[in-house]
Amino acid sequence: MSDWVITADSLTKRYKMGTVVVNALNGVSLNIGAGEVVAIMGPSGSGKSTLMNIIGCLDRPSSGDYTLDGVLVSKLRDNEVAHIRNQKVGFVFQSFNLLPRASALENVELPMRYAGVTKNRTQRAKAALELVGLGERIKHRPNELSGGQQQRVAIARAMVNNPAIILADEPTGALDTRSGKEIMDLLLQTNAQCGTTLILVTHDPGVAARAQRTIRLRDGLLEEAQA
Amino acid sequence: MKLTHLIKEALKSLTANKLRSALTILGIVIGVAAVIAMVSLGRGVQDSINKQFSSMGSAQIMVFSNYAPGITDPKPLTLGDAEALKDIMLAPDVKDVAADLQGNGKVIFGSKAATVSVYGTTGNYAELNNYDFMEGGYFNEEQVSGQSAVAVLGPTLAKTLFDRKTGIVGETIRIEGQPYRVVGVLKERGASGVSFTSTDNAVLIPISVASQRIAVRQTRGQVDTMTVVVRSSSRVNQATDQVKEILRARHRTPIGIDDFMVFVAKDLLDSLNSLTTMVTLFLGAIAAISLLVGGIGIMNIMLVSVTERTREIGLRKALGARRRDILVQFLAEASLLSMVGGAIGIALGWGIGIAIMVISKNSGSAITPIVGLDAILMATLTSSAIGIFFGFYPANRAASLTPVEALRSE
Ligand SMILES: Nc1ncnc2c1ncn2[C@@H]1O[C@H](COP(=O)(O)OP(=O)(O)O)[C@@H](O)[C@H]1O
Ligand SMILES: [Mg+2]
Repeated sequence: MSDWVITADSLTKRYKMGTVVVNALNGVSLNIGAGEVVAIMGPSGSGKSTLMNIIGCLDRPSSGDYTLDGVLVSKLRDNEVAHIRNQKVGFVFQSFNLLPRASALENVELPMRYAGVTKNRTQRAKAALELVGLGERIKHRPNELSGGQQQRVAIARAMVNNPAIILADEPTGALDTRSGKEIMDLLLQTNAQCGTTLILVTHDPGVAARAQRTIRLRDGLLEEAQA
Repeated sequence: MKLTHLIKEALKSLTANKLRSALTILGIVIGVAAVIAMVSLGRGVQDSINKQFSSMGSAQIMVFSNYAPGITDPKPLTLGDAEALKDIMLAPDVKDVAADLQGNGKVIFGSKAATVSVYGTTGNYAELNNYDFMEGGYFNEEQVSGQSAVAVLGPTLAKTLFDRKTGIVGETIRIEGQPYRVVGVLKERGASGVSFTSTDNAVLIPISVASQRIAVRQTRGQVDTMTVVVRSSSRVNQATDQVKEILRARHRTPIGIDDFMVFVAKDLLDSLNSLTTMVTLFLGAIAAISLLVGGIGIMNIMLVSVTERTREIGLRKALGARRRDILVQFLAEASLLSMVGGAIGIALGWGIGIAIMVISKNSGSAITPIVGLDAILMATLTSSAIGIFFGFYPANRAASLTPVEALRSE
């Protein structure tokens, strides 16, 4: 029980679009253990991103309880949730989401700035970039890097605050097959080395096959499945 | 987030859109420059008025004969009145009193002649009016009581009669045919704008002599004007009341129908000052409207910027930025815009003031614009306040975005 880094209990998410109500999540309960690699699959519109947003504390469920690393997130205030995101969650987005005017180094430093880290900040960012194989490109701006390299910067940024979980919503979706594989290797390597829980959304069965467990979603509900 | 980093980030994002930032700043520059120029010119005008008054002596009260309609037994002002006003018990705020008579006369030296104003005055007249001398000095009280035939010349008259600047003292001129020895020549004062008497083209003689030869009046010891000097310019009102009371008692007139009139230079100065202050405020307010427009420009640009950077805001929130971090980031940009605009505006406003000074000097009446520290402080504070005020709404909007919504936007 205490090994669960994530426990979700009957999560629902409703969107009201005028008079139409969309039930993006219809009562999802799941537990994820510390250090697990979990793939989330499902058809488009099945609620994968919605679930990821709640797990990443970017959004709140309409009902249900969600606990991350021992903290009952649904009860926290916005500023406390921001702190949780900063300390416990690393995000890797499909479209990289780097600050275009900042160098790779500055991008990786950003989560530490919001954490108030001043000591060794630059060294830590450099070390993270070396770990993802970009030690030579720390001064480069995103538009001077390839897609694969940008995603590496994003992974370094996600790791730099030593989070409990890394969330990757279709991290290889915008990459060619080769750099997609490299990014997956890197994410799995991080999980193996640091024991950080990795949750990723993917459409690629090959990618899902590398996870320890696959969760399938359909119409906002879990389809029971085991890898 | 540290302040230096905050400013660096703000600069980075503002320089990413140089033209846009420059145009936004221009709005503030024009507003601040207009305010600074208007206020400094207004101050300059006020200052030049005050200077003119201080040459005349703002702590002076003039007393004239003025018979109100319906008065039964009007009495003229006399030397006795002037003496009575010096009573330290009844008029403690009166420092000194001078009196004069005014007339005209033909003044002759050798073959040169001129018809000018002749003032008969008491011996303290020059000191009261802060006269400066090119040569010699003023006649004293003994010469007045002794009815000496002495004269002090205004500079213009001296030039007309003598055609030279020095060696005039000691010469003998004739006024209305009678000889007077010249004891002094005044320095030029110019038309000081608000003075009642211009002594540049005039001759001044003892009042005792004038009353017998030039300006003969009905009553013995009668005078035309009395000049009362107040001990302190802050006591002008009290001194005025004391003067009025003494004169009413001596002339036995009831309150409301005086046979004299009191003119307080300070009153005129005060009303002129409040007029120029009003004009300055009015012009400043008009200029402030352009500052307001500049502020709205900032707000507009910041709103555009927030919309453009919604995704960035979402990302920052995902990375752990709190509401306050985002708020401060956008406020920093808005304040930087307005403060840079304010600084340039102050310099420009100052420049405009100097340009106007040069133009006004060339056209004869110099106005020196006064850019006070307070005006600069005001402009700086106002422009930063504008940045913060008009930046707050967009910044707050950015800070209030939920991370999911912000990240989803494209
Ligand atoms: N902000 C929103 N407003 C309205 N409906 C939404 C919103 N976000 C997601 N949805 C709806 O919720 C459902 C699940 O969306 P999502 O979680 O993005 O699916 P997936 O990532 O699996 O493709 C979809 O039907 C989608 O249209
Ligand atoms: Mg999705």
